[in-house]
Amino acid sequence: MAFFKRTAHAPLEYSKSLWMRGWVALVMLFLYIPLFVLMAFSFNDSKRNVVWRGFTTKYYGIAWENAQLWDAMMNSLTIAFFATIFSLIIGSMAAVMLWRFRFPFKSAVDGTMSLPIIVPEICLGVAFLVFFSWIGWPSGLVWPINLGAIIIAHITFCFPFVTMVVRARLASFNREQEEAAKDLGASEWQAFRDVLVPHIKPALVSGALLAFTLSLDDFVITFFTSTPGTDTFPVLVYSLVKRGVTPDVNAASTILILLTVLLTAVALKLQGAKALADTH
Amino acid sequence: MTQNSDPIIQIRGVTKNYGKVTAVDNVSLDIRAGEFFVLLGPSGCGKTTLLRMIAGFEVPTEGQIWIDGQDMSRVPPNKRPVNMVFQSYAVFPHMSVADNVAYGMKIAGVDRAEREERVRAALDLVKLGGFDARMPDQMSGGQRQRVALARSLVMRPKVLLLDEPLSALDAKLRAQMQFELSDLQDQVGITFVTVTHDQDEALSMASRVAVINKGEVSQLATPSDLYEYPANRFVADFVGSVNIFEGKLTVDEKDKAVVDCPQIGKIYMDHGVTGPHEGAVWAAIRPEKITLHKPGLGKAVAAAAKDAPEGHNFARGTIKGMSYLGDITLFEIALESGAIMRVSRPNLSRTDQEDFTWDDKVSMHWNSASPVVLLG
Amino acid sequence: MAEQDWKQQKRPFAAVSTLPLLWTLLFFLLPMGFVWFYSFGRNAGLTEIDIVGTLDNYKRATEWLYLGIFLKSLAVAALVTLICLIVGFPVAMAITFVSEKWRPWLLLGIMLPFWTNLLIRTYALMIVLGQQGYANQGLEALWSGASWLKTLIGLQPLSTWEPAPLLYNNFAVVLGLVYVHLPFMVLPLYSALDRLDKSLIEASLDLGAGHFRTLMKIIVPLAAPGIIAGVMITLIPALGAYLTPDLMGGTDSQMIANVIERQFKRANDWPFGAALSFLLIYAMFILIAMQGLRKKPGGDAR
Repeated sequence: MAFFKRTAHAPLEYSKSLWMRGWVALVMLFLYIPLFVLMAFSFNDSKRNVVWRGFTTKYYGIAWENAQLWDAMMNSLTIAFFATIFSLIIGSMAAVMLWRFRFPFKSAVDGTMSLPIIVPEICLGVAFLVFFSWIGWPSGLVWPINLGAIIIAHITFCFPFVTMVVRARLASFNREQEEAAKDLGASEWQAFRDVLVPHIKPALVSGALLAFTLSLDDFVITFFTSTPGTDTFPVLVYSLVKRGVTPDVNAASTILILLTVLLTAVALKLQGAKALADTH
Repeated sequence: MTQNSDPIIQIRGVTKNYGKVTAVDNVSLDIRAGEFFVLLGPSGCGKTTLLRMIAGFEVPTEGQIWIDGQDMSRVPPNKRPVNMVFQSYAVFPHMSVADNVAYGMKIAGVDRAEREERVRAALDLVKLGGFDARMPDQMSGGQRQRVALARSLVMRPKVLLLDEPLSALDAKLRAQMQFELSDLQDQVGITFVTVTHDQDEALSMASRVAVINKGEVSQLATPSDLYEYPANRFVADFVGSVNIFEGKLTVDEKDKAVVDCPQIGKIYMDHGVTGPHEGAVWAAIRPEKITLHKPGLGKAVAAAAKDAPEGHNFARGTIKGMSYLGDITLFEIALESGAIMRVSRPNLSRTDQEDFTWDDKVSMHWNSASPVVLLG
Repeated sequence: MAEQDWKQQKRPFAAVSTLPLLWTLLFFLLPMGFVWFYSFGRNAGLTEIDIVGTLDNYKRATEWLYLGIFLKSLAVAALVTLICLIVGFPVAMAITFVSEKWRPWLLLGIMLPFWTNLLIRTYALMIVLGQQGYANQGLEALWSGASWLKTLIGLQPLSTWEPAPLLYNNFAVVLGLVYVHLPFMVLPLYSALDRLDKSLIEASLDLGAGHFRTLMKIIVPLAAPGIIAGVMITLIPALGAYLTPDLMGGTDSQMIANVIERQFKRANDWPFGAALSFLLIYAMFILIAMQGLRKKPGGDAR
């Protein structure tokens, strides 16, 4: 195997040293073995995640029929969809505001807006629990309006990430481009649309991906803001893990993992791995 | 220059491949102790790769490099008796100037008193005395380069390697540093090996130059030999400016040769061609070695010079372009064949520039000692 | 960059600032404000809470029992961060210096878990660590192998294999947190190392330093901003971790977030939970302030 072939290497080719390769291989195994085991067990012909009893795809059928799973998935995706759209709008507005203008208490506003990134999830979750119970947010509304509270909570912790990504991109914007556009006859709005927006487009894409994943991923804040009927996929899996998982959840998880792989691949195609890594 | 003939670096059949790309192709050369050796070539020719292999940052695919009589194949860069000045200078940004210069000595275990003494001497040498406590980001590019120089020189290496040492400096500073580097090399007596793509830099500093093209040594010679006796078209063209015409060798004797070039006529030279040749050869003439005349006069001058047979070393054309550079004026002259001849003419008096102008018909002449024959 | 005064362009400023400012005020500051007020309140009846301005909640929160959990959470988070740093640094180095062809794949390898659902990852790890999971099977194989080796050289075989308790204890919590947070550490480290001028490392080697010395004297000091970023990005969420200790921990491995959750969901002591929440937030602020302090003296080190 070429991976472990020992050749003379230049001093900076650290990745060619054997122990480095072994280390990376071990870390990758550590990261991936659990996921592969989970995916393998989704094809296991047994009710328990313990011994391999033969190959079956029947749990994918069962997952397909499982209304609870479907509801949770639909809830998760709906929440993530709306949270992403609104985070993108609010986040980019905040980024442009902080980048473009000088106004009183700017550093205080800047700091406050990035607080949701730093404040522990549990504290934010608790705050929403208190908030929604205090204003008496009604429960038992029609779908998807009943998801409103969760969507609001998700927007609050997602949009600062969008702001961060967009602002980083704005920092590299050359104002002379905007001036050139105006010099060529563009109005303020046209210059914004034709020069600034195309420049921040990659940041909007990675911001949207980030917001979508964060929302889909969130358990704690959702846990504190969910009412009966609004369980998301993570909340469902959580209660199942506590009570005992059925193999169809493995099947659903496998599908979600594959979906993540697909999304990441799309993101990579759009952005390149390095740009994606830099946004974190 | 303190120079003797012992090679300090011997490069033996060194090849470096990156996948399918060959960066350095079977290079063998000796660098003598005490010389100022320059590797000259266009970007991507493999000269930097060669330098980095001497320093130990790249491993040759084939061949060996010997430094001071020792095979370096298994010696890592931190154990080699050479030091390098990087193109980006690579001055450690988190250390003061003195700490930068003392870094190598600390590792070598030089005691404190000696270290301080040598740091001071090295900084004085590069004219940075009193800058000890400065941080690199408070210094200009030229000063940072001096820090890098001092940091390497203080190690008293057998060979100092310099990667494009002047490329990041502005034109004036570059000219000054060219002199200072030569001076410095004289003072410390260390062998310098420099990589550059700038021919002026190479010609002005080097005791010998290796011109590298596509990973191979195109010619290894002193600066003046490189300019006056280029070995091939690549060297003739890369070092300085030149007119090259393809032709056939019609006469080749011990003390004369004639190349018949369809584009310009017969070129006569006062030396025979050495080396094997068949088919086409090329005649090369430098622009400053051609004299311009008013139409009709050139032939008479050529005849009067009597160093070539009638009808040789003479051409006619029309001025199609000129640029006045102050000390000289450059002319581009369309020959009757349509080929372009470049001629430079010194402005010996203030009115000289008025002698010729666009679309003037001119004739040209050169001496038989001016052209060279190129076989490759 | 020339910023514009908002007064000169009131309309564009209002267009971009109204929504973010309003949202932050209404859906962030207001909820946080409620919690803050509650932390000075007292339970009055089942759902009523009187804001009486008492400090009792904070007093109770600093009792030894809760302080202990706090310190333990901090210790666990610090341990997790340290392990992530030690495990992650060589990986970040490998990604930085690997050939262009391999780099995207390694990055992808680190990023995929990062994008994969946290709950699924935790649950997957739990399958592997279970009593009869593959981790235990692997250990058992090692155990019997060692036992066989001992008999081979004429010693008593090892005692029979007892499945190692890999789940529902403190070990599981640390392992789970490392598993979840490792990508968070690697990515900023890689970012910092990638920005490092490689010729600085070469210069150090050229001047006679070995690889270890170069690492300690050149790479680590210059990558310090990235290392600190990685530490913060791991330490802060690890300190406030709820899910991993809840699912993978035992009865003695609850962390501060689990205590807070209990006050709100089960014990129904909101004022006390609010006080604990704010103590946790203050702890974060102190950590971030410490990072800010460290930056200043080394401000010229960049």
